[in-house]
Amino acid sequence: MTIEVKNIVKKFSAFAALDNVDLKVGKGELLALLGPSGSGKTTLLRIIAGLDWPDAGEVRIDGEDALGHGASERHVGFVFQHYALFRHMTVFENVAFGLRVQPRAVRKDEAAIRARVKELLDLVQLDWLANRYPSQLSGGQRQRIALARALAIEPRILLLDEPFGALDAKVRKELRQWLRSLHSEIHVTSIFVTHDQEEALEVANRVVVMDKGRIEQIGTPGDVYDNPATAFVHGFIGESIVLPVEVSGGSVRLGGRPLNIAADGAASGASKLFVRRHDMQIGPAGTGSLEGAVRHVRSFGPIQRAEIALMGGEGKTVIEIDAPRDRELQAGEIISLQPRRYRIFAVQD
Amino acid sequence: MSTQTSFVTPVAPLKPYASTAGAAVSSLSRREARERPRAIASPKDFRTEPGPVRFVIVALAVSFLTIFVVLPLVVVFASALSKGFGAYFAALAEPEALSAIRLTLMVAAISVGLNLLFGVIAAWAIAKFDFPGKTFLVTLIDLPFSVSPVISGLVFVLLFGAQGYWGTWLQAHNIHILFAVPGIALATIFVTFPFVARSLIPLMQEQGTQEEEAAISLGASGLQTFFRVTLPNIKWGLLYGVLLCNARAMGEFGAVSVVSGHIRGETNTMPLLVEILYNEYQFVASFAIASLLAMLALITLVVKTVLERRLDDEGQIPRNDSSDH
Repeated sequence: MTIEVKNIVKKFSAFAALDNVDLKVGKGELLALLGPSGSGKTTLLRIIAGLDWPDAGEVRIDGEDALGHGASERHVGFVFQHYALFRHMTVFENVAFGLRVQPRAVRKDEAAIRARVKELLDLVQLDWLANRYPSQLSGGQRQRIALARALAIEPRILLLDEPFGALDAKVRKELRQWLRSLHSEIHVTSIFVTHDQEEALEVANRVVVMDKGRIEQIGTPGDVYDNPATAFVHGFIGESIVLPVEVSGGSVRLGGRPLNIAADGAASGASKLFVRRHDMQIGPAGTGSLEGAVRHVRSFGPIQRAEIALMGGEGKTVIEIDAPRDRELQAGEIISLQPRRYRIFAVQD
Repeated sequence: MSTQTSFVTPVAPLKPYASTAGAAVSSLSRREARERPRAIASPKDFRTEPGPVRFVIVALAVSFLTIFVVLPLVVVFASALSKGFGAYFAALAEPEALSAIRLTLMVAAISVGLNLLFGVIAAWAIAKFDFPGKTFLVTLIDLPFSVSPVISGLVFVLLFGAQGYWGTWLQAHNIHILFAVPGIALATIFVTFPFVARSLIPLMQEQGTQEEEAAISLGASGLQTFFRVTLPNIKWGLLYGVLLCNARAMGEFGAVSVVSGHIRGETNTMPLLVEILYNEYQFVASFAIASLLAMLALITLVVKTVLERRLDDEGQIPRNDSSDH
């Protein structure tokens, strides 16, 4: 099922939670809404579910106007960050809830409900917990039950609000892989909200990066990482080195010193140079655009992470780079740095 | 247990239970036993008060409770039974007493029933929605607690009395509110209004709206959500509020005294009758009625304790996050 969001505006008193948001989600996609807290991603998800109402705009699910229906009529599966399992019901009854509240005319009989719940509990591999109460489950188990409950109504789309946010790192990692394989099994159009870039890049097949109520970029995980559209995306996804530079007529200067890199069509004026940590080429002193003293080196796995105090420029700028271990750096050593890949974005306002 | 314990006991008399897992454990407890004497000579515990101070504090608390709570209770029952069980039951079988009991039960039923409804609605509105004037409403709910019950009664006299705002109209239409059951019920409802709402608001606020949202997104209607999700989640808190509301409704004196008119056999509730009988030197009868109210208090106390334990259990969800996933 497709989802289409057009010109959505949502204000909380004076604060614009969503500012003219447009989004199209294709059939069977697994889309991530990624952004810092306060970026409006959860609000957007809740509007699609019908748990919040926009001030202006359109929401279409499968071409049909969704704003004409309340949440209970949209057939949308929603998984809450804190699970929101019914605490007084067993796991079985939790999953059966959506089937039991259906209008009498379409409600399944008891045997069919039991069979369906059993099937869902098998799907999330927790059939042995059917008679437990939510308080007796671990966080990961609760989240999987919440998912089974949302799937019970055979939702047209599945919405997950920070599904793994409340779990510890190890469980989160397991559940990510599990969610991806579950999605390829059942193929329901899904959107999940996260503030964890790793989660978004690893699970989703498309990522929507949001900030301050606006969409900054929509693209595949590779796209948003390798070709960030804005300074915000570059800074938010992946680790970046950010240096304040001055662009004038095709040349780039850092603290008055020209850097040996092309402006790449960046407009003149105050700008920011973004370089990925691993995109700094290291050479002997005097061979690159930037020079610096190695202050500290930590080596692990295939890389060494070095803290480097840049020379020249105003004040002391310390950056962190990741270098391969073919040439071991020493603390105190003076080296030169040359950005291999970089982006220049004008400083806003 | 048996063989292991007998093996370990002579060596480690301080830990007779630590020996179910075989030799490794028992050797451990033997070593512990060797180290024990040093551990016992622990430094003085400075966290607690010295023994005599503790004793005095406890004794003070207990004697205070005895004098001000236990003794009066004993006196009530002792006085009620001072002429024997025959006189006691005869006093309770008096038509006036029976009428007062009937009236009290009726007024309690009316006010508890209505306050149950109002309380749930008010708590629902306050806990689950945001609207202008919400803080004001929360403050207003507490008003009956902060106003003297006599004033609460007087308000109804001013409204419905012969000289009151609507008195003439009511008289013209032959509607009796003051000095009749409706007046007593109104005054009681007013005085007991906060109990249900008060016991529900914090509970519902703490539970939030997520379970309701989940229910709605699963296709439940508003009523289904209320009866299947909201109500089961608040049932113990609701019972707790109803219990306190009922206790106060049956025991209310001040407000009811102002609006009742003290018509014998008609508008006297149990607390009012206790006073009247006492003033007429009918001590056995007076204390007999009072003993019923005292028993109500005791029952309320027991049920309240049970409910508080249930509420506690519901609030403290045992967590078990360490198991597998």
